[in-house]
Amino acid sequence: MIEPFVITTEPLDPAPLVAAVQTPDDGAVVTFSGVVRNQFGGRPTAFLVYEAYAEMAVPVLRQIADEARARWPIGRVCVHHRVGRLEIGETAVLVVVAAPHRAAAFAAAAYIMDRIKEIAPIWKQEHWADGTAEWRE
Amino acid sequence: MITVTVRFFAGHRDIVGRAEAQYTLTEGTTLGQLWEQLIAEYPRLAGYTGRLLFAVNQQFAQPATVLSDGDEVAFIPPVSGGRSDDV
Repeated sequence: MIEPFVITTEPLDPAPLVAAVQTPDDGAVVTFSGVVRNQFGGRPTAFLVYEAYAEMAVPVLRQIADEARARWPIGRVCVHHRVGRLEIGETAVLVVVAAPHRAAAFAAAAYIMDRIKEIAPIWKQEHWADGTAEWRE
Repeated sequence: MITVTVRFFAGHRDIVGRAEAQYTLTEGTTLGQLWEQLIAEYPRLAGYTGRLLFAVNQQFAQPATVLSDGDEVAFIPPVSGGRSDDV
């Protein structure tokens, strides 16, 4: 049983989420993976640390999925966000959306990711290759 | 008097030096007034005014929200600064 909205320190794997959202009504499943990149604005990154206000972030993720469902005809949604230290190439967030048709699934996945970055109480601390660190805010 | 718990995250926690604190306030104190009190105590928080979200008991709230005894308050620093070139 996959919980739809999760904040976790464990590595993320999209396969169980894809299986969890797909129903016989769905002709499309869109998976967005947010992955730790090796630089920001040309400045080399060593690793990232994510932090969440988990008791609030989980309900906010559910609210964002409900907002998407009010805008597009979509089916099930899963959003899993990792916290703690993440190395370059690791997945920080998975947004998985099922829908009868692909246009709604693509649009809803993009909307959900945009809203996560607007209102979900989840923060990212960039640790630069030169040893300094700063919260992205 | 009422007592509320304030949770600090990310850059706020770095400034305040702890993850949470209890505040005893007069009845009728609003979220916005508590924020002003925190700025007086920690002037480096002032730069966040106008670009943070407020929450009471894990729900988004407005600066005019009146606090109640036992509330858990969070001042939520900017999540991503609205950057679209990120992630």
